[in-house]
Amino acid sequence: MSTTTARTGRTPAAAAPRSGSRPKRHYGTHIFLAVMAVMWLIPLGWSLFTALRPVDSTNQYGYFSFAGDFNFDNFAQAWTQGGFSTYFWNSVIITVPAVLLTLFLASLMAFAVSRVNWKFNITLLIMFTAGNLLPPQVLAAPLFEMAKHFEVPYSFSDSGNMLNTYIIVIAVNTAFQMGFCTFVLSNYMKALSADLTEAALVDGAGIWRQYREIIMPLCRPAFAALGTLQVIFIYNDYFWPLIFIQSGNRLPITTAINNLQGEFLSNYNLLAAGAVITVIPTLVIYVLLQRQFVAGLTLGSSKG
Amino acid sequence: MSSTAQELIPPEAREPGNGRIRRAKGGRVRRLSGRDKLVLSLMVGIPTLIELTLVWLPTLMSVGLSFTRWNGLDLGNIRPAGTDNYQFISQDYPPFWPAVQHNMLWLLFLALIATPLGLLLAVLLDQNIRGSRIYQSIFFAPVMLSLALIGIIWQLFYQRDNGLLNFLLGTAGTPQAVDWFGDSSVNIWAALVAATWRHAGYVMLLYLAGLKGVDPTLKEAAAIDGANAVQTFFRVVFPAMRPINIVIVVITIIESLRAFDVVYVINRGTNGLEMLSALVIQNLVGEGQVIGVGSALAVVLLVISLVPIVFYLSRTFGKENKA
Repeated sequence: MSTTTARTGRTPAAAAPRSGSRPKRHYGTHIFLAVMAVMWLIPLGWSLFTALRPVDSTNQYGYFSFAGDFNFDNFAQAWTQGGFSTYFWNSVIITVPAVLLTLFLASLMAFAVSRVNWKFNITLLIMFTAGNLLPPQVLAAPLFEMAKHFEVPYSFSDSGNMLNTYIIVIAVNTAFQMGFCTFVLSNYMKALSADLTEAALVDGAGIWRQYREIIMPLCRPAFAALGTLQVIFIYNDYFWPLIFIQSGNRLPITTAINNLQGEFLSNYNLLAAGAVITVIPTLVIYVLLQRQFVAGLTLGSSKG
Repeated sequence: MSSTAQELIPPEAREPGNGRIRRAKGGRVRRLSGRDKLVLSLMVGIPTLIELTLVWLPTLMSVGLSFTRWNGLDLGNIRPAGTDNYQFISQDYPPFWPAVQHNMLWLLFLALIATPLGLLLAVLLDQNIRGSRIYQSIFFAPVMLSLALIGIIWQLFYQRDNGLLNFLLGTAGTPQAVDWFGDSSVNIWAALVAATWRHAGYVMLLYLAGLKGVDPTLKEAAAIDGANAVQTFFRVVFPAMRPINIVIVVITIIESLRAFDVVYVINRGTNGLEMLSALVIQNLVGEGQVIGVGSALAVVLLVISLVPIVFYLSRTFGKENKA
């Protein structure tokens, strides 16, 4: 189909001399992909469009018009009055320690199951991998009750237990993501030559030095990929804060935006601005670290 | 540290003449010093303890609690209930069967529409066409977003009076305008379209990686044998991507069982959007906490999830145990 279009086409591209290697022009494919791409961009584009228009303009001219002002007032209002600065900071408090802990613990476990032969290493690796595949809702009720009945001094938590603390959200996120990271890292470490640590062993390096000075530096690409992926995963986590955090002003941004849906019911412009603000950090990571993110996702599936 | 480690190295590893170290299985364990064993047991012990306490213990507790009656307040109030909770959800709990149907529908929709769409996009983009990277970035962008946020973004698109979709259909402001997320006869489909927006990009990404891994000589051989592009794809390329296919099957099933965020953001999983995962949470956070009923629903979800999980694990680790 695409070849015939190319032969009869009168567009400059088709008329231009063929640069050798590509006999096919793929016009049908391009049309299909372009249509799909436009459809794909509509929801995000509509949110951005709505967010950029002040509510007065939309009230006056309607949502489906280009009339009126375009500015960043909704963003400023969401950031200050909507509490997005607080929510955003809460997301940072949860995401950063959770990602670092996940990667550290997973790297310990992955090293132990992939670089050392012992009786139960495969069994434990299976347990870790399976744990990550469970639907989180299966564990929710017992975890909630465990947190509620785990009493701590009021000086530590104003609820008197682990509910409403960042620690429980960080701990559960870490435990849940650790399985996936252990699986990916152990595959990565297994692929490293056994001679590396054998040679170190001859030089008298103990387990810790083998881990710290030989394997860790070699795993940098895997850490970059997994780290990016986990930042996105945990930043995007909606569920665990929903279960554990009760004070609205302690929620991370992904969970908090749902509350705004109720608050800003009549002001879709502000809700759209909130949605766009929530997208921005992921978009920044996407633009800067797309390769790492993609590598992280495919690392997990490369060994099926 | 290095000097102590040097001393702790067992003699056979230090012997210069006997420098070749056997790689036999288990050989390495015997060469570990006491210090190494301690380090190793901490390396394994700490993550394992966390995994057991925060993942597997709660899973077992869900199973246990599903056979009890409890309001979630005092631990002393837990009463054995036999299989009452299971009888209740299957016979007297109206949202249960709709939820099972919706989970099935979710799976079928992702498997028959979203996943093939992602595969199609991957195959088209794998042809080295111009702008391939831009297309990839566009289709992949929703994968970066949380499903909760996707619910909000699509809410803006789907609204009855001010949503873009009703405007494009020419129904905005008229009585024919559809409240896509509010109308219980269409909202599951509207939610599925929003979920597809994300899932197709994810599948595309995995298949793009998979297609790059297929040996090009296979395609050439098929072409020499006179196979056309479609035959080459379905008879040669697609079967060659078996490992990725398995991952995608598992991801699709697990995503459809986990589907929670989108429906919970829209209306907490009620009124046409009942899903098993949302019912679990409704019973946990609702007014009168019915932990037993919630746990029974969680166990149903768990048992179904174990099918793809066991399938995946046996595929992944089965080879290794034999090797």
